[in-house]
Amino acid sequence: MKFFKYIFTGVVFGIVMAKSEAMSWYRIQEMFRFQSFHMYGIIGTAVFCGVIAVFLIKKVEVKDLNGQPVRFQNKDKNWRKYIIGGTIFGLGWALTGACPGPIFVGIGYGYTGMVVVTIGALTGTYLYGVVKDKLPHWFA
Amino acid sequence: MILELIKQPWPWYTSGIVIALIMITLLFFGKSFGFSSNLSTICSMMGAGKKVRFFDFNWKNQQWNLFFLIGAVIGGYLSSTFLVSNAPLNLSKSTITDLAKLGIQFDGGLNPSQLFDFKSLGSVKVISLLLFGGILVGFGSRYAGGCTSGHAISGLSNLQLPSLVAVIGFFIGGLIMTHLLFPILF
Repeated sequence: MKFFKYIFTGVVFGIVMAKSEAMSWYRIQEMFRFQSFHMYGIIGTAVFCGVIAVFLIKKVEVKDLNGQPVRFQNKDKNWRKYIIGGTIFGLGWALTGACPGPIFVGIGYGYTGMVVVTIGALTGTYLYGVVKDKLPHWFA
Repeated sequence: MILELIKQPWPWYTSGIVIALIMITLLFFGKSFGFSSNLSTICSMMGAGKKVRFFDFNWKNQQWNLFFLIGAVIGGYLSSTFLVSNAPLNLSKSTITDLAKLGIQFDGGLNPSQLFDFKSLGSVKVISLLLFGGILVGFGSRYAGGCTSGHAISGLSNLQLPSLVAVIGFFIGGLIMTHLLFPILF
């Protein structure tokens, strides 16, 4: 049952994506058209609280469940992959109205189309794995 | 009474706080909030590692995230089954007008049924758009090393400059799709 806590956290995530409407295709369109504050409010609040939380966790040296200090991974500095990969991701985010989390929340919600998006997302991930070494990445 | 409260659409600040709490909870479990890793894990689980080195890792170490994914699906199911409010989505009037010009109707739900309902999948155009969009999401998130959860939430919370660059990329892509490509695709 050690995995139950992850399922439970996932359930909370699914509910917040649905009830906050962050999983909504329409809300994502509204965001990219700058026609409402809604999504900016959600992301902004999450990041604001997140920054304070991470600062405090580091400052107080919080331990995790296993008694280890909470770890943070620093991202590498291969700028190209962030801007190119990010832009490709953004094209898909606006078209499907969903980033990876909400794709799966959407399946549970009953949007059958999200199954097709999932097949695409797995295909895209696989394609990346295939061509990865040919892409501009590993140099700054 | 609490259920009635949960059924209402949540204001943005409540949602933002809950999302931050999810990130903090996973940190406390010794994990890092990042959803798109699941896509690689599933590829690896399906045996992609035999052909492509990138997927040749022990996916069992990522099992916790797959359980999180299963939870997310259940959360979506619970929301549409027990937690729907009767009021239509409070979408901005100008978005409704803009989308109508593209032939996309606002039906009051979270997603347009003309794109995401089972019966819409009879259209080759709809299937192609969803597949193409999915491929971009999958390819882009792995290329950028993360998606909205990994970069916009976890990364920015940890003041990672690379994550800020990725998020700027997300917006460049989203703006190009919405403003330049939507009029062509729809």
